[in-house]
Formats: sequence, structure tokens, C-alpha cells
Amino acid sequence: MSKVKAATIWLDGCSGCHMSFLDMDERIIDLLEKVDLVYSPLVDNKEFPEMVDVTLVEGAVSSKEDLEKIKKVRERTKILVSLGDCAVTANVPSMRNPFGVDAIMKHAYVDTAVTKDIIPNEVIPELLEYSRPVHNFVKVDLFLQGCPPPADAIYFLLTELLEGRMPDLTKVSRLGK
Amino acid sequence: MLIEELLEYAEKLRDRDKPGKHAIKVCSAAGCLSLKSDAVAEELKKKITEAGLEEECWVKPVGCLGLCSKGPLVTVDTDGKVYQEVKPTDAGRIIARAAEGVSKETDPFFTRQQKIVLENSGQVDPEKIQDYILRDGYLALNEVLELTPQEVIDEVTLSGLRGRGGAGYPTGLKWNTVAKTGNVGKYVICNADEGDPGAFMDRSVLEGDPHRVLEGMAIAAFAVGATEGFVYVRAEYPLAIKRLKNAIKQAERAGVLGKNIFGTTFSFAVEIRIGAGAFVCGEETALIASIEGRRGQPRPRPPYPAQVGLWGSPTLINNVETFANIAPIMRHGGEWYAAIGTEKSKGTKVFALAGKINNTGLIEVPMGTKLRDVIYDIGGGIPDGKKFKAVQTGGPSGGCIPEQFLDHPIDYESLGALGSIMGSGGMIIMDETSCMVDVAKYFLDFTKDESCGKCVPCRVGTVQLYSILDRITKGEGTMEDLDELDDLCDLVKNTSLCGLGQAAPNPVLSTIQYFRDEYVAHIIEKRCPAGVCKIHKGERKQKEEVMA
Amino acid sequence: MAALAAAGKKVKTFVIDGKDVSGTEDQTIIEVCRENNIEIPTLCYLDGLTEIGACRLCLVEVRGSNKLLPACVTKVQDNMEVVTSSDKLKNYRVKILELLFSERNHICSVCVSNGICELQNLAQRLGMTHVHYPYLFPKLEVDASHERFVLDNNRCILCTRCVRVCDEIEGAHTWDIMGRGIESMVITDLNKPWGESESCTSCGKCVAVCPTGALVEKYKNAVDKSFSYKKDKLKFLPYLTTMREVKNEQS
Repeated sequence: MSKVKAATIWLDGCSGCHMSFLDMDERIIDLLEKVDLVYSPLVDNKEFPEMVDVTLVEGAVSSKEDLEKIKKVRERTKILVSLGDCAVTANVPSMRNPFGVDAIMKHAYVDTAVTKDIIPNEVIPELLEYSRPVHNFVKVDLFLQGCPPPADAIYFLLTELLEGRMPDLTKVSRLGK
Repeated sequence: MLIEELLEYAEKLRDRDKPGKHAIKVCSAAGCLSLKSDAVAEELKKKITEAGLEEECWVKPVGCLGLCSKGPLVTVDTDGKVYQEVKPTDAGRIIARAAEGVSKETDPFFTRQQKIVLENSGQVDPEKIQDYILRDGYLALNEVLELTPQEVIDEVTLSGLRGRGGAGYPTGLKWNTVAKTGNVGKYVICNADEGDPGAFMDRSVLEGDPHRVLEGMAIAAFAVGATEGFVYVRAEYPLAIKRLKNAIKQAERAGVLGKNIFGTTFSFAVEIRIGAGAFVCGEETALIASIEGRRGQPRPRPPYPAQVGLWGSPTLINNVETFANIAPIMRHGGEWYAAIGTEKSKGTKVFALAGKINNTGLIEVPMGTKLRDVIYDIGGGIPDGKKFKAVQTGGPSGGCIPEQFLDHPIDYESLGALGSIMGSGGMIIMDETSCMVDVAKYFLDFTKDESCGKCVPCRVGTVQLYSILDRITKGEGTMEDLDELDDLCDLVKNTSLCGLGQAAPNPVLSTIQYFRDEYVAHIIEKRCPAGVCKIHKGERKQKEEVMA
Repeated sequence: MAALAAAGKKVKTFVIDGKDVSGTEDQTIIEVCRENNIEIPTLCYLDGLTEIGACRLCLVEVRGSNKLLPACVTKVQDNMEVVTSSDKLKNYRVKILELLFSERNHICSVCVSNGICELQNLAQRLGMTHVHYPYLFPKLEVDASHERFVLDNNRCILCTRCVRVCDEIEGAHTWDIMGRGIESMVITDLNKPWGESESCTSCGKCVAVCPTGALVEKYKNAVDKSFSYKKDKLKFLPYLTTMREVKNEQS
């Protein structure tokens, strides 16, 4: 039997959800017997592969780059899971939303600058007007709340999916946990 | 004062005015006044004096003559031809014709109507109580005081009159409930917080015939056992407030309001309370809160105001038009009233015609009249040869009715079955140049701004509804948005606290039901069929492709 | 005390979720539900304060009524049949919660009430997986002018518990609502900064009854070991009921 192809990506997040993922500790080794981690910030693979069975997305969609990424991921993924509050609610990244992009850029690169006070127009991707949750842009199949979701919850999610079930995740985690 | 004395008093006042043979009636309601009908009246008076025709003609300011879009309006005596768009320079000609004799009005706008509520509007001088009294005014009140309160309620029940404020609750039943609850300290409130965009029925009644409303309130007070009343009128109606104040003062002087009316033990005092511009204060519990000096927000019912109302006392709240129907019902009997209209909707109804229609103005027709007759015969059809598209009844809480239902009768049940409501009587006609998505958006913009913010579904739900409609009109909507509109409308309708929220989705639901193709055109073809919405093809903002 | 209060009142028997229950004529559906351990979600209702029926989460189905009725204000009646958790109701409740989350900037992870927030808890209990309505991201003020407390409008759900407790229990009426619709905002005095309020007695009742992190104590978060109005809510709340009973007896 071929292994289940899984992937994880991060968009606008703090990588805390991935840390929580790693907190599954030795259970990851058990999982890897049934799962092939084909793409992840944790593994060395530059291109997101085709035909992925399940992808866990950490982080909100905040920039044009995030948007392009998530669209491609959605096309290539069967089951897309929003992993953690940033993906589910836009969470901390959304705290900039009431102020507007211009004010935020000015604050970050001009008002508080120590070296040169110019707003970069290369290198960093262009920000969207609002940082929004993943499901505002593409269809999301499962939502795992938590900041970050506990390792146990992530393990529960993956083992249930391996059993072919769409789990009820509201019992294992909650917003802000 | 006894009724004979009252009539004598009225005649004396009339004679003091030295009226001529022919009354040249100049509309002095807000619409015509804004078109400078006062200048026309001045010129007419001047010309009469110049020609020495004081014995023949005299100028009489009257209430709304109905055809507001063609003002200033002037007419001679009763049923005389109505001169439209009169300028001061026309004064001479009008006087000359008046002296020659009266030509009858034949325009279907005037002849197709049946007036009960508006019978005095355009006939009496709203600032003179004698005019009202001499047209059988306060006669009904005098007769009522010889009956028992129960007999009065029975008569109203027999008439089949239903509340004209919108919901159509049987008036007799409401009166009965108040009458049977508690003993003392009850109140009667007249709801004159007319707030629907494009509706001005109540304003015209108050401006044109304020005593009729006061008489209706006094009869109601006698029937339910109240001694104090309030008229809650919106601040945006300064002329109505002025005339109402004047009418109350005159009525008190004539002894038809105040202590020991017509020499009986019945006393009833009326005060005016002025609203501060909140649509939701037309909702009865919010209105009561506002009169009490609290924030104008509705509360859950039951208990209904009939049980727990103003300052906790049993309170009767009826709308202006409902009270205006009372005196004629008591004068002619409930059976007479019940003979007019349809099986479940009795009597007549006043409508304010507005929008894309030739004869914008105020009309009164029997219940059961076809929408088509109102729009084409009385309303004179659609201007500029344009095609009719929909009629919106009942204001922001109503729905849009398309062409295929124009032969349906106007009554509470029919309009409800069509996804709209009778409401207070606003009727906005739309032609092919109106975009129905834009219309729905307009009304949601109104309700979201007028939501009081107390309950969650109305406060947030209307904003979310508006933003979906806004997206669709910008060409950024998806077919999922249509389903979401349906779903959210269902939520707001079924879970909101008061009528404002519960009815807010109606304009959306009815336009989706009857004009789904227009929504689809905006979403799929990125095109507004009526050419109202500005959709920039190919320039859609890539970054904001929010699916939601 | 309860027995005393029940004396002379008619007892009504009826059915909630198929279970035979009884209550006195002046009781509401929610009161009888709580006595019978039937859970009804609510955010604006708080035992001891006037019921306002505003959050709409406690809506229940009553047989024979074509409208859903708020359990917090609907009085019990003989033979009424109440359903508290049909699929329809569950669906509506989740959506109402979603609307609340979409309205302002509720960011649980950085909230001092994280873990003891009634809004957050309800979202989990009612199974709200995500908010499918677009967030509105309004720009709202934080008032930290009071020496001991903070008002963060970003987290306010306009339940008006603070308004009611301040008026009905403390008798100060420092709080009220300004504006209407989505623009509604809780304010102190006539929209003066809280720290400059002349009527506020700094009693902290508003902080204790606030279901979210809109009203909090400075320098404390929910899990602080020292005394916190929020954390010690359960110790504080019975006081409201006692106060109301005293008030009722007086009137």
C-alpha cells in the first residue's frame, strides 16, 4: 500500500503551529510509517508537488505571495486543513487590519527605523489590504483551532484522517488555546 | 360645551372669517408649500381685493390635495377642477373662472379614489377647528360619549378595521385587550413616527386634517378607559407638529379635549412628543421607551403594550391613519365600513405613490383595488414611455412585486403572499432603468443604519447582507454569495428581536425570488442589465477575490 | 428563601425537551431549564440582572408558536412544549456566534480573558469550527484611562451586562450605549474617558460581569493567582441574585 502524501506550509504565521507539530515527538516516527511528508518547511523540497492527499496550512493570507501559494496548494491538495488560529481566523496578523497597509508600512519602516527610513518595494512581497483567514480565499475542508493547536490535537487529526474519518475538531482544541 | 353650543361656536368663528361664495382652495401642505403655494395664495387674495370680488370668492388654505408632483395645486369649492402647477401669475384667470361657475374634475387620479381618511384633506382649513366641526367633526365623539365603552369597541370590531401602521392587527381586538387590562392610568398613543423612505401618508393627514386624529384618539381613550394621550411625531415634520399643536389648543378651547368633554365625566388630555430621528422608534416598544426618556430600543414582546406599556401601564398604540378612520366609522357605523374592501381587509388605504410614476402623490383607494389600477389609472403610468419593472410596497420592510402580479388585489393577505407587506402605505414604482440588486442594496443600507444595535442578528446580519450586495453590485460576487444571501436572510428574519430586523431581509428575498436573473447577470456576466451599477470589466481587483 | 418566594404563586407544569418539568408562573423558561440542568447558551442574560433578550442565543422553539422565543424573557405556561436544541436552533446559534466574532476584533490568543471568556467557551461548546462571514475589522478605541480597569471595545459584544449591573445593582449608571446599529459603543458618563468619570465608584462589578475581555483589570490576566474579578466571577455572581431579591422584597 502506498503511503499517504502529506504536506505542511506556512503563510503569515509565527511557525508556532509547526513547533506544536514537532511536539508530537516520537509519534511522528509512527506516523511516518503511514505518511510521506512530501513538502514542508521542515523538509528540503522547493516545489509543492502534485496530488497531495492532505496539507496542513499554518498562517493567515496576508500578501500576494501567500495568495499565490495557497491557490496552488489548493489545486494540488485533496484535503486542506487550516492549522491554528492564524489560518482559521487570521489571528495576530489581522491586528494590522484596522490601521491600513500604508500606516503599517510607515510605522515599520520609517517611524521606527534605525538605519534607513525607506519603505522597501522589492524583497518583501506586497501586502494585501487585509490579512484574512485561508477560507476567505480557497475552500478549506477542516479547521483545527488553537494558538497553537496542541500536539495531541494534531495527532488526533492525522490519525483520524488516516482512518478515513473527517474528525470533529472542536472537542480537541479551541480558539486561543 | 354641548354639541349645539359647539356648532354655534364654529359658525360664529366661520362668519368672522367673512367667506365669499366660492372657496378658492390652495394646498398648504408641505409639498405645495415647498413649491411656493403661499405666494400663489397671497397673489390670489390681492387679485380678489383688486377686483372687488370679496363677496364672490375667498382664498382658503387647505391640506394635501394629493397630486404632489404637480403642485402648487389650487381647486375651487368641492370636487372642482384641480389646477396644477399654478404660478402666481395664474391668479387672475382662476378668479375669473371661479366666478363663472365650477367645472368638475374628471382626471382619474381624483375620480378613481375613495376617500375616508382623506375626506377632509384638501377641503378644510387645517388650522381652523370650525371648518372641521362644520363637516361633522367631533360629532362622532359626542355620540360615542352616550354609548358604553364596550359598545364603541364592538362597533370598531364590527368595522373590521386593522392597524394601518403595518402589521394589520385587528383594531377592535387591540382596544378590547387594553380595555380589559387594569383600571386606571392607561394611555393612548398615536404613532406618527412615519419613517419609511418615500412615505408621507401620516404627515399629510396631520398637516391636512389634524382634528380627525385627535377625535379618533379621544374616542379610543373613552373606549379603553384612558385619560392621557401622546402623539409621537418625528421631528422631521415641523409643519405637522405646528398644526397639531394648534389643533390641540383649539380643541381644548372648544372643550372637545381636556376636562369634562361635552359636559360628561370623560376627560382626555393630549400631549405631543417629538422623535429624534430614529426609524426604529416607530416600533411600539421602542416608541414607548423614547417617550419615557430612555434609549429608543425595542424590547421583546410579550408582554405587549396593551398589557405593559407606557410607564408600565396598559397602553393603546395605533397609527395616525388608524385613528383617522375612527370618527367616520362611529358616524356611519361599523357595517358601513365593513362593506368597503375585501373579506379580510376592510375599508380604504392611503398610499404614497413615489418613484418612476407620472402622478407622484397621495391617494386613497378601497382595499382590494388592483395594483395595476393604482399604478396605471390613478398613478398615470410610467413616465417617458419606459417599461414597468416592479412596485415596492411597505417601505424598507416590504418586497418588490413584479409585473405578473399587478392584477392581484391590494390587501394584507395578498401582499404577504407575494413576499411583501402592506406596511404603512409607501408605494415605490420602479421602471426598467432600476437595478433590482441596487434597490435591495439601497434598502439594506437603510436598515443597517437604522438598526438600533440591540440584538446581534440585526446589528451584524444587516451589515453582512449589505456587504454581500455591495460586492455583487461591483461585479465581485459569486454564485455562493446568492446562497449565502438566502441563508443569512433566513437567520436575520427568524432570530431578530423586533420587526425591523425580522422584515429587513424582505427586499433581498423578494428581489432574489423575482429578479434572480439580474443577480446572476451581475455575478456571471459582470453586467448590470439596467445599467445602474458600475462594473469595470477585466479590471477586477485581483487581490480581493474574497470567497467568504 | 426560594420557598418563601414561591409561596402564593401558581405552579405551571410543562415539557422541555421531552422532560416533564414545573415552575412558578413568574419564572422564565431559562430559569426552569437551569434548575433542571438543561443547558441553554446565552451571553446577555445574567441571573440577577434585568433580562433583555438581545443576544438571541437562548432562542427556543415552543410548540404552537411560529416564532422562536427567547428563553430568558419567556414566562412558563401550563402544557407548553419547549425544544431547546433542535438542529435548526443549533445552526442559528453558531451563526449568531459567527456574526459576533466577525463584528469586532476578537483575537483570543492575545486576550487577557483567554480561557475564561464566555464567547470563546460558547464557540467551542456549540461547535463553531470557523467564522464564514467576512471579518469587518473595525478600528476601535481602547480606554485605559481608569487607574484600575481597561475598556477594550475590540472585544465588546454589546451584551450590556455592564450597563445593567452598574445601573441596577451599583446604582451609579456610569455605563450606557452610544450610537446605533453596528456603530453602537459602550461609554462611561457622557462619553468621557472612564478615568475622568464622576459617577464611577470603581466597584468593579462591570468587570466581573463582562463575558469577554472587553472590561478587565490592569496588570492582571485571567489566570493570575491573586484576586481577579474575572477569575473569581463565580464567587461574585451570587451577590447579584441576593441584591435582586432584597430589591424585590423592598418594592
